[in-house]
Amino acid sequence: MILRVATTLALAVAVSAGPVAADPRSEARAQVAFGIDVAQRGLWREALYRWERAVEIDPTYAAAYNDLAIGYEHEGQFDKARQAYEKALALDPNNLQIQQNFDLFREINDRTAAASEKP
Amino acid sequence: MTERPPHRKNPKNRRATVALLTALAAAGVACGTAYFEIPIETPIQPKLDVSAFQRVLIAGFVAGGSEDVDANQETVRLLRSQLRSKSSLRVIDADAMPLVEIAKGQSAAAGAGTTGADAQPTPLPDEIKNEKDLEAYERLFANTAYWKQIGEEYQNPLIVTGTVLFMPHSRQGMVQRDVEQYDSFGRRRVVPIRSFMERKGFVLAPRFVFIDGRTGATMYAERYREEILYNSQQNTPALSSYFELMDRLVPNFLSALSSQKIRGTRVLLQ
Repeated sequence: MILRVATTLALAVAVSAGPVAADPRSEARAQVAFGIDVAQRGLWREALYRWERAVEIDPTYAAAYNDLAIGYEHEGQFDKARQAYEKALALDPNNLQIQQNFDLFREINDRTAAASEKP
Repeated sequence: MTERPPHRKNPKNRRATVALLTALAAAGVACGTAYFEIPIETPIQPKLDVSAFQRVLIAGFVAGGSEDVDANQETVRLLRSQLRSKSSLRVIDADAMPLVEIAKGQSAAAGAGTTGADAQPTPLPDEIKNEKDLEAYERLFANTAYWKQIGEEYQNPLIVTGTVLFMPHSRQGMVQRDVEQYDSFGRRRVVPIRSFMERKGFVLAPRFVFIDGRTGATMYAERYREEILYNSQQNTPALSSYFELMDRLVPNFLSALSSQKIRGTRVLLQ
């Protein structure tokens, strides 16, 4: 009897969990959350890996591209950061936080690039 | 680490969160995005490869615009002290070169050596008041033989020179400023007010030229312009304005020679 109940419960859990695991956004969101957690501890390489996974799983997830852009920026990979910010904004053009991050990124980039002259 | 609390609680059980969010999304309930402010350090690679040099000579600057500040001396002094603490290059201690006089000497020598009127170089202005006056001095930096000679004298360092214009500046116009107001209930609000103001201050426009002391050739140059304005009643000493403006420029100058980290914050989204 106990075995039957346990088997039924396990099946119910498996069935209910099935659609969640198959949902790309949920899976990507879990990767993003983990990335944020490790980034806050200073583990930026691991965070980058997680956010790269997140955008692979769900290429329509603007927040994941935003976080990925920040990770690239922190690692000094500015071309990749710009592309990721642009993708994030293309997916969510009205997101002010992504726009603000991108503006700050551009400010640094423009400031360091603008003043130089060719000899 | 500064962290803004997320819009909603961060549950311990991630799986439960995922399931809950999926259910909410399926039910069509709008949910806010969690955000986390995080400090980042953006690494900026140096614009110049200075690995061939162990030493740097801040030679001097063609300076003008104001008699209140000796922009040549002050710029040499400031850049040397910055490089001593923020660069691996050894800074050569030498007197700041009087480049205006040197350029005039070179110009006179070039003029004496030519015969036709067409070949005469553009005369150098007696006094440097604006950017246009500095243009005539550009040929000094292109004189590779001269800079090679200086390089040999100091054992082939990286040479930093250029022009510095520091001049008074004033501007009139409408200025928007925020004013605090309290209504009859004592509630505070900030209201933007536009008013006509006359302001005065200074402009600092340096051009830094980096010369290879081994060849005398210019490796790289960069130009900046910063201004500061105060209320016309405010009497700010020229030297303190000069340092305030240089403070804004120095990180950019240093980033030409050594890698820098720019601190900032970004918002991570979930």
